[in-house]
Amino acid sequence: MATFDVIFLGGGPAGYVGAIRAAQLGLNTAVVEREGLGGTCVLWGCIPAKALLESASYAEKMKKAADFGVTPGEVKLDFGVAMKRSRAVSTQNSKGVEFLFKKNKITWIKGTARLTSATSVAVKSMDGKEEKHDAKKAVVISTGSRVKGLAQIGLELNKKTVISSDEALILEKAPKSIVIVGAGAVGCEFADVFAAFGSQVTLIEVMPGILPVEDSDCSKEVERAFKKRKIDVLTSAKISNVKVAKDSVSMSVEAGGEKKEIKADIVLVAAGRAPNIEEIGLKEQGVRLTDRGFIKINERMETSVKGLYAIGDVAGPPMLAHKGEREGAIVAEVIAGHHAQVLDYTNVPGATYCHPEVASVGLTEQQCKDKKIDYKVGKFPFSANGRARTSGETEGFVKIIRGAKYGEILGAHIVGAHATELIHELVVARTNEYTVEEVDLAIHAHPTLSEAVAEASLDSLGKMIHA
Amino acid sequence: MATKVFMEALSPTMEEGRLVKWLKNEGDAVKSGETLAEVETDKAIMELVARGDGVLRKRLIAEGETAPVGALAGVIAAADENIDALVAGAGTPAPAAAAPAPEKVVANAQETAGASSVPKSVEESQGESSTPPQDKVVGGPPAPAPSGAPQTAPAAQGDIRSSPLARRLASERGLDLHAVQGSGPNGRIIKRDIEAAAAAGPAAPKAAGAASAPSAPAIPRDGDFHDEPLTNIRKIIAKRLGESIGPIPTFYLTAELDLSRVMEMRGAMKELGDEFKVSVNDVLLKAIAVALSQHPEVNAHWLGDKIRYHNRVHLGMAVATDDGLIVPVIWDADKKRMSEISRESKELAKRARERKLRPEEFTGSTFSVSNLGMFGIDQFTAIINPPEAAIIAIGTSEDKLVVVNGEAVVRNRVRLTMSCDHRIIDGAVGAKFLQTLRRLVENPLMLVY
Repeated sequence: MATFDVIFLGGGPAGYVGAIRAAQLGLNTAVVEREGLGGTCVLWGCIPAKALLESASYAEKMKKAADFGVTPGEVKLDFGVAMKRSRAVSTQNSKGVEFLFKKNKITWIKGTARLTSATSVAVKSMDGKEEKHDAKKAVVISTGSRVKGLAQIGLELNKKTVISSDEALILEKAPKSIVIVGAGAVGCEFADVFAAFGSQVTLIEVMPGILPVEDSDCSKEVERAFKKRKIDVLTSAKISNVKVAKDSVSMSVEAGGEKKEIKADIVLVAAGRAPNIEEIGLKEQGVRLTDRGFIKINERMETSVKGLYAIGDVAGPPMLAHKGEREGAIVAEVIAGHHAQVLDYTNVPGATYCHPEVASVGLTEQQCKDKKIDYKVGKFPFSANGRARTSGETEGFVKIIRGAKYGEILGAHIVGAHATELIHELVVARTNEYTVEEVDLAIHAHPTLSEAVAEASLDSLGKMIHA
Repeated sequence: MATKVFMEALSPTMEEGRLVKWLKNEGDAVKSGETLAEVETDKAIMELVARGDGVLRKRLIAEGETAPVGALAGVIAAADENIDALVAGAGTPAPAAAAPAPEKVVANAQETAGASSVPKSVEESQGESSTPPQDKVVGGPPAPAPSGAPQTAPAAQGDIRSSPLARRLASERGLDLHAVQGSGPNGRIIKRDIEAAAAAGPAAPKAAGAASAPSAPAIPRDGDFHDEPLTNIRKIIAKRLGESIGPIPTFYLTAELDLSRVMEMRGAMKELGDEFKVSVNDVLLKAIAVALSQHPEVNAHWLGDKIRYHNRVHLGMAVATDDGLIVPVIWDADKKRMSEISRESKELAKRARERKLRPEEFTGSTFSVSNLGMFGIDQFTAIINPPEAAIIAIGTSEDKLVVVNGEAVVRNRVRLTMSCDHRIIDGAVGAKFLQTLRRLVENPLMLVY
């Protein structure tokens, strides 16, 4: 039994960032976490997946190395080694968060929490003991989300032949064949990894294009690149007749007017995440949920119950680590009585780390059309960018959609090498309401990939120089 | 690249300016920072400076002409640049229809960001406006309490934090950024602030300008008042009388009230103990508040296109301080007991002299009272505290020889003069109010009725 100012339920990106900020603001802070610190992001998502993608990137580069005057010997691919490195990176990051907790004197209560009131929680530790803790100021729910499987079409997760990303991250070797259901960021990234490690990959998406939340130009560019790498991409697809056998899964897939039977060693379900709202006593405390089952919050992260806050995936989409982190920082400031800037959810960037990478912020061109916004598009291909040519990474483009009248950045979309880094210039611009002219005004060093951003800005003004 | 020359807000309260003299001719080469013209503001003659380099291609406001802030005054451009698109829509704050392509206004957008190009004159006017408003309330209306704590005092345009998009939107709509409250980090003005300001109506300078945009009292609540659109007869009265006498057509009603019974009452109360002592002023404040509650037609504000009749009585009392006049407010004075009014008025006056009033303590009055009786002034006329309908000036109370029932007797008397805004109050309305007030003061027991 201990008393804190604030208790966070869950030590993922939302919870741990919130806890650090709260501690920095002088609050006595505790985080209840049953697993390692860092949450899905550090343990089962962003970090280990990016480590695997880096392995995939090496594998792809080896194929072109001879063109660069470097002829390697026999190239052997070992997913097991890549996986172990990925786990090591993940553990290292989790330890990093532990260090930050110690540095900021944050108490990590190991176990599973349940609200006993709006200001107290009962934490059950691994050995079954239960202990009560009180929060003087606030309890913050940051329990995150989980993969939920697609039981409705027969794809119930069984951890062997029908798996989620959690299992995919600890496979000892790459399967001979894999079907990935859902071509969002997670699906595309694993398609990339397994294709690089020699698996026969089928990527299935119910929507008309892969990466359906991205601008359709980006979706098409990635689809083209995937097909070149012999990934079988099926869009507007309907799955039926799923048969789960002991060491394989078969299904019928209808796509593009064709129906075919697909059999694979493993099916990876990369569609649908569910918020972790169960077994924390939300109902008993009267916490209201949204229609989609997330915890309902206002811009101060307050739930319908006074003193109870919610942040991160459990508080609604976009389910992205960086959105949760910002919500964590905001909730800490709110609880500490500081003035927090309201989070503008239209300025949360998206990033997918497959090859080529995809990154974006703001509206897609289709959304501009739907909203009947008068816009202009500027686009610059990396094939015309000097730096991209030197590294031989000429796939992709920078696309900027600006308001026709004022030049404000409505949306920005980048496909290509390092797109996830390049996007931030435009995130800064959009967040601070710069127009394309301020972007052009800033001198971009030559030769850099960033020059493509400036050129796309100029193109939207009809003044492109290098293409 | 072309630079538009705008009529700039060269003082915090400036809404329009008269172009006194152009110092550059069309075709003259000009440099950023050079003086283009002299402009007469509401305060002084100021310099309008170039915000870009080039040739002064066009002068769009003639000498002697007056133009609103934000109006296009001229165009600076390269000697051979086509400026037809820019010249369209001259003389008025740039209308949306004539919006130039973004590349044409970039010079202007940059100009507002560049602190280095802040003209000297603007710096001067900024210095003048840096005094907090509460120190400057002199006879005029109490400054409206800003909604939310203001992050920065009014500053020169170049010093205002604003986003490029916000500047572009403001420039197109002819909005003065001084008039906009920023909601971004550190009060930075962003797009939504411009949209909110534009939706709130034409640029109403935040800094003051109460004469043209009467300020409603702070903290309004539901049911505190009701608005009545002006009838035609009120419109005509307002217009005709306004033309005749000035922005507030004022007339004055004086009445001499008998204080015999007030004195009796005070004496009786004092006999019960010093703690029950009240001043003549306390009794008069209470009586005026009660009279106002019975005459909502006098407890009103002039809002330009309508009259606001208040259901609550918040009595402003003018207090002289070393820095000038300030008008603290006794909220709901009609509902307060005389002892509360007595205590509160003393406290407010004390704090006013110590300059410790909080903004909500000197804003929101529905009617005001001024008292110079302690200086031995027999009677005087007070200036109306706009947008209020009237103000009562209290003279000294003294024993006088008066005729009662054909006999000369000595009575304690006080002279009240009510200055009335004729746009709201007609003579008879004011007279009836004073009648009620007389009945209350001459029969103070009515105050407990």
